[in-house]
Amino acid sequence: MEQELKDKIESLIKSENVFLFMKGTPEMPQCGFSAGVVSTLKQLGIPFGSFNVLSDMKIREGIKEYTNWPTIPQLYIKGEFVGGHDIAVQMAQSGELLKKVG
Amino acid sequence: MTIPEIQKKIEEGLPGCKVEILDPYRDGVHIKAVVTYSGFAGKGLIEQHRLVYATLKDELKEEIHALALETRSE
Repeated sequence: MEQELKDKIESLIKSENVFLFMKGTPEMPQCGFSAGVVSTLKQLGIPFGSFNVLSDMKIREGIKEYTNWPTIPQLYIKGEFVGGHDIAVQMAQSGELLKKVG
Repeated sequence: MTIPEIQKKIEEGLPGCKVEILDPYRDGVHIKAVVTYSGFAGKGLIEQHRLVYATLKDELKEEIHALALETRSE
């Protein structure tokens, strides 16, 4: 992966306490799983930053390689990869997600 | 890629696992795999999902649009 792309991804991940790579925007998600993570975060009142991977093919492919995770959405908390839709929802249900956000 | 093919791939990749495929919308696209595998024991959720994804590495690039996962160690 080229350094410039890696730097850009890392600066996005670190730009907010909670950051979501998603398809579409929080206002208008373009995929059911992205919508699911957005509504999970909103329900818990967790503020988050996001990036629409549909707007940038390089980031869309780059983030999969960077994290070694083949699907999007991808959720990061405090710069650490937390998981995709299923893990985020499962952690929200167990209370772990809120705890992690701190 | 059909549901039986996805099931077979996961079963071959994780020997001894049990796979249940759900197709809640009956569209063959938005499917969910419930995978029970002893090899998940002691591993975090990310690692468990990565193990399943690894069995469908090529398919996830193109053919599979959406795959929801639930993993259990027993």
